[in-house]
Amino acid sequence: MKKLAIITVTVFLSIKAASADPDNDSLIINDDIQLVTETAAPIHLENLDTIYSGWRFRTDETQALQVDDFDNPAMVFVDKAIDLFNTIDGIEGKACVSCHESVAQFRGLSAIMPKVIDGELVVLESFINDHRDQVMGAEPWKWSGEKMQSMVALIGLQSRGMPVNVKIDGEARPYWEQGKEMYYTRFGQLQLSCANCHEDNYGKMIRADHLSQGHANGFPTYRLKQAKLISRHNRFRGCIRDTRAETFAEGSDEFKALELYLASRSIGLTVETPAVRQ
Amino acid sequence: MQTPKINLITFFFVSAIIGVATATFADIHPGDIIYNDGAVKQSLSGKAGDIESGAEIMNKGAGNCIACHQVTALSHLPFHGEIGPSLDGTADRWSEAELRGIVANAKIWFPETIMPAFYKTTGFIRLGDAYTGKAHEGNVEPLLTAQQIEDVVAFLMTLKEE
Repeated sequence: MKKLAIITVTVFLSIKAASADPDNDSLIINDDIQLVTETAAPIHLENLDTIYSGWRFRTDETQALQVDDFDNPAMVFVDKAIDLFNTIDGIEGKACVSCHESVAQFRGLSAIMPKVIDGELVVLESFINDHRDQVMGAEPWKWSGEKMQSMVALIGLQSRGMPVNVKIDGEARPYWEQGKEMYYTRFGQLQLSCANCHEDNYGKMIRADHLSQGHANGFPTYRLKQAKLISRHNRFRGCIRDTRAETFAEGSDEFKALELYLASRSIGLTVETPAVRQ
Repeated sequence: MQTPKINLITFFFVSAIIGVATATFADIHPGDIIYNDGAVKQSLSGKAGDIESGAEIMNKGAGNCIACHQVTALSHLPFHGEIGPSLDGTADRWSEAELRGIVANAKIWFPETIMPAFYKTTGFIRLGDAYTGKAHEGNVEPLLTAQQIEDVVAFLMTLKEE
């Protein structure tokens, strides 16, 4: 499979000029935080040699929005999440800050999520809602709603620049296998798998879109097209819907497993949250 | 009383058969296509393809062929994709029957291809109701009609370089 992929890539490169490849820009945020946007693929990723951040496939204009936090439109939502972190909600009369002194103590968390906790695969959204329910006695937030994704972005920001390093062995293994199988399943009437576009054809144009490798290390991502923060599961839902398939629900076990598998494909890239995309 | 009733049924039955036989050629159902090494000899609609309509399907709707392929003859249209090969000179390389087979279901010839099958109604995983994300219910329509396949093939047959 790997050999075939290499041959395909070689043939492709020899026919086509390198115009479609990821560009050579490097990403340093606020003149300070150097992000890894290109590195050797993790060993379990048998069909790719090098992994690239989605940032490398975007136009200069879009890239620029992520280089300085003053220009990053996602930061408005990060600020809102700081307020939410300090706001009492629920019947227990608690805010996040009542137990967690500072959001900075979550540094590193997003780099190792999703994670199996007490035998169950947990992603950040379910972690947050569990705390809201069990500790604060507060209503759960909607998965892809502004409050939830702002909080996921704020917590993710604490790990920005740290390498993605999810665990895929031990208890995580069956979830990882499930996610991997989904990644290679050709869904819908168009019979497209994630791999068809993001592994076999990254770097090429599909109509007006420049296909990336589909890493999720910048999520929640501010998507210019939708002018808001987009959750990972919302993006998964959109992709599967666009194969003319019956999609899965946000927060479903299937999408959690896919999220773990996708994170494992990004091992070695750095957390970019909150990224900006087209 | 029994006899006329049977006659009546027979009458409808026979008329129905005659009706089918004399009606204009019905489309070949996706399930009934005979692929010969991936090629399909017979027109799916029984009619000739319309080149102009084919050119339009190349650019929009469920066709949208240039999302993945480059076609110099359509260079007035923006954003040709790079996923599939250029279709310039495709009629020099493939016969009409081969092009029909590839457009209808390229996976017969190229099992691993990313190219969707445009005239196929079974064998899908979690088939949805178009782009709604909801499950599909009822009869499945192929991505393109028999006539649309013929139109696209007719257009492709104009792409000659020699």
